[in-house]
Amino acid sequence: MPTEPFICRTAHIAALPAANIDTDVIMPKVFLKGVDRKGLEAGVFHDLRFDEQGSPLPDFVLNRTPWDKSEFLVAGPNFGCGSSREHAVWGLLQLGIRAIFTESFAGIFFDNCARNGLLAVELNADKIAFLTSLAEAGERVSVDLESQNISAPQGEITFHIDERRRRMLMNGLDAIGMTLEWREDIAAFQDAYLTTYPWLAPQ
Amino acid sequence: MAVCVESAPRTLYDKLVDAHTVRSLDDEAREVLLYVDRTVLNEYTSPQAFTGLREAGRPVARPEAALAVVDHVNSTEPGRAEDRNAASRDIQMSYFARNCAEFGIELFDLFHRQQGIEHVVMPELGLVLPGMVIAAGDSHTTTYGAFGALGFGIGTSDIEHMLATQTLVYRRLRNMKIEVTGGLPLGVTAKDLIMAVISKIGASGANGFAIEFAGSTIEAMSMEGRMTVCNMAVECGARGAVIAPDETVFAYLSDKPRAPKGGGLSAALKHWMSLKSDPGASFDKTVQLEAREIAPMVTWGTSPDQAGPITDTIPDPEREVDPVRQRDYRKAIDYMGLAPGLPLADIRIDRAFIGSCTNARIEDLRAAATILKGRTVATHVKALVVPGSSEVRRQAEREGIARIFTEAGFEWRQSGCSMCLAMNDDVAAAGERCASSTNRNFEGRQGAGARTHLMSPAMVAAAAVTGHLCDVRTLGGGDAD
Repeated sequence: MPTEPFICRTAHIAALPAANIDTDVIMPKVFLKGVDRKGLEAGVFHDLRFDEQGSPLPDFVLNRTPWDKSEFLVAGPNFGCGSSREHAVWGLLQLGIRAIFTESFAGIFFDNCARNGLLAVELNADKIAFLTSLAEAGERVSVDLESQNISAPQGEITFHIDERRRRMLMNGLDAIGMTLEWREDIAAFQDAYLTTYPWLAPQ
Repeated sequence: MAVCVESAPRTLYDKLVDAHTVRSLDDEAREVLLYVDRTVLNEYTSPQAFTGLREAGRPVARPEAALAVVDHVNSTEPGRAEDRNAASRDIQMSYFARNCAEFGIELFDLFHRQQGIEHVVMPELGLVLPGMVIAAGDSHTTTYGAFGALGFGIGTSDIEHMLATQTLVYRRLRNMKIEVTGGLPLGVTAKDLIMAVISKIGASGANGFAIEFAGSTIEAMSMEGRMTVCNMAVECGARGAVIAPDETVFAYLSDKPRAPKGGGLSAALKHWMSLKSDPGASFDKTVQLEAREIAPMVTWGTSPDQAGPITDTIPDPEREVDPVRQRDYRKAIDYMGLAPGLPLADIRIDRAFIGSCTNARIEDLRAAATILKGRTVATHVKALVVPGSSEVRRQAEREGIARIFTEAGFEWRQSGCSMCLAMNDDVAAAGERCASSTNRNFEGRQGAGARTHLMSPAMVAAAAVTGHLCDVRTLGGGDAD
């Protein structure tokens, strides 16, 4: 499915500095019972955002002004570890999150971001510390995917993501449609492969 | 003059990726279009993929290369088969059935004789073969590395991509070798080994890597043990864990219903025996462990790397120099309702759970039964055992293991993922503490506010009968026959 393009956006950035924030915490299981992608906004960080009566917890960063309007997150290392549930990424996008910065992502989560147009960028510890300071100061920052640059009044940093992913994010391309353009390559590969390994061919 | 070019020595992982590369997507072949041999689908991560196919009018490229299994959301109540309408009332199970029917995919529904947890069912059918690439919408697909296959988890968008094209856009990982040598001490299992690895390298220690497990400890390990090790490799971030296939694998496959037979098998065996890292293949990182130094492990925190030998105490966050880790430790100890310095073996439990794709195979149930025989579950503990598959359940009943569990006071359930992630009714209450043979001790994993301690099935059994975390080595086997 084509994704919404990301070129340049300016918004607040919220800091979630804990390490190993897992997808069970990002999207608890009670929100995984559907068969579509709808209504997941309510589930994002649910047990951190709301108390048992469903009232917002005032201390959680995404419930506080100005971070309640954040489009960007700066997070602790190994963000998105655990379960493969893509609901975590769908929910973050529905909540308005468009980019996440961390020292490291868990692999499946990172791919899920790419497939849905959520910009996921790994940065070194100094750059993460800089973004964290901007977040804590309540600054708005501009994230420019064209120039791969993040800027704020206090300064700016650069980042780098691979060219194919950058192009897909900027153009909102349909990944399956792109792959299907190679369908003849795939068919030729498959014929040769199943000839080489005949026990894998349909009996 | 002819120049003889020798190709550089390659790792098993690199060979698997090379053999499945349809084409490179960049100049350095870091990103490739990867051919996928097989997948297994479940009812909770696949629905939106089928909706996407339907909306785009795309067929499934190779329906025969997929198996669908209901496991995550279903009841494990012993009487579940009596309510034939339960599945049709559940929106995920009924949509799953519709999708499989429309796209021509074989389905093991709730009432199928072979229903079970996807990563237990696939191997026991003989659908996981050395040399394969298997991607699936579940992070624990790494399990299949036990067969010398490359298994890894993917999200729903990639399930759709794979079903439509039989390929994935795949970024090549770096190579890590984890070498374990020597014999595991009595009472120490594959689970303890992988928990020791995760504790040593950290929850993100293998991010960006595929792990090859090697060494005499791994070579001596059963298929069940190897599956446990590869299964939990994802808990240190590995998106692929392989073990070179050997006689143990070939013997395991020899009586599996869908594994190659006859002439096909001879050709397959020849290929399978070639699947190993070349001498001199280079690994970006190597980790070494001595099996004799590993003790029965338990987690004390809310990340799988927050673990130690059962003889340890809860660490003191004040002694941590790294401020992030200090804060994480404090938060974990607070959530778990524990205190620094508390001996792990003094932690009283409310629940015991034996199940999951990590540790609910027949060997796991046998190990727990050895401890439980002639003993009873502590009166304050609610204990549950959920066999990994209906086949495992029947086998345990034939072997008399089921009776040992029920006589000890465990509930003997039908198969499913159950309390590993608590998507069905098998949920721990807030504040309840569970000794669990599963793979994740995340906050809220077994229920909002529930507290999970990961350990081996035998250690869960020991905790169940004593009522607290317990060193299985001090307990010895139950009644001798």
